[in-house]
Amino acid sequence: MSTDTPSGEAEADGDVGGPSVEERIDELEAELADLRSETVNDPKRMTIIATKGTLDMAYPPLILGSTASAFGWDVTIFHTFWGLDILHKDKTDDLKLSAVGNPNMPVPNVLAALPGMDAMATKMMEKKIADNDTATIGELIDTCLQTGVELQACQMTQELMDYEEDDFFDGVTTGVGAATAIDDMADADIQLMI
Amino acid sequence: MIDVHQSDAGPTPLPMSTEYSANETLDVKGLSCPMPVVKAKEAFDNLEPDDVMEVVATDPGSIADFEAWENRVDGVELLDQEEREEGGESVYYHWVKKTE
Repeated sequence: MSTDTPSGEAEADGDVGGPSVEERIDELEAELADLRSETVNDPKRMTIIATKGTLDMAYPPLILGSTASAFGWDVTIFHTFWGLDILHKDKTDDLKLSAVGNPNMPVPNVLAALPGMDAMATKMMEKKIADNDTATIGELIDTCLQTGVELQACQMTQELMDYEEDDFFDGVTTGVGAATAIDDMADADIQLMI
Repeated sequence: MIDVHQSDAGPTPLPMSTEYSANETLDVKGLSCPMPVVKAKEAFDNLEPDDVMEVVATDPGSIADFEAWENRVDGVELLDQEEREEGGESVYYHWVKKTE
């Protein structure tokens, strides 16, 4: 038989003058409801930092961005360094594939470094893209802009590359820096560096 | 719930659209990732609640991708998916209902 009855203490607590258990439960339930409504009502967010300007590396940010946008998510793609070329009106259709540095290319790196090999690799990839009806970079940028993906051009690298605001597509956000990117990433459900 | 799909259809394939009486058919044949989902979302926005959209794709990845779309987006209910052989190529059918 047990004589261990600690319940007396808890009952005594109710008389001390603090909030009753019922009041505390009400408070916590209200807080929980607030938190729930925040998480349910806020769309998810994804922030991508796009740093590369080769043809193959331009695709992933735009594909993921347009798809997350189709999910109804808030998407920001922050373009910096060579990633700026994706947003550059005169450069975006001319992104190159690098023949060097990819061991899966059909030619060895020592040959891939020869003049003209990047152009050849790029031609091959462009033909494959056309043959497969893969969306072009231009189509994906249009899709992103139309569906509300925030495309940002890093101010510092814009100046570093001697690009002007007008060089970028209409709808691209300029005049933003690392602090803006971190502010975005801090609230994002997914953050990617590509 | 729509009363759908009793099909152990037997040897003759059912004509398209009959099972789900789709309000809209979206043809994304030839398009590859991410366009089938992106185009489906665009078309989906113009539907009314309870409407059913049939999406016809040739992208083999669309089977998994439409499941993921349903999984992540409120108001999207994937009623069924089906792979059919048409003219020597695989065609993927997705029936999606707008629930809200």
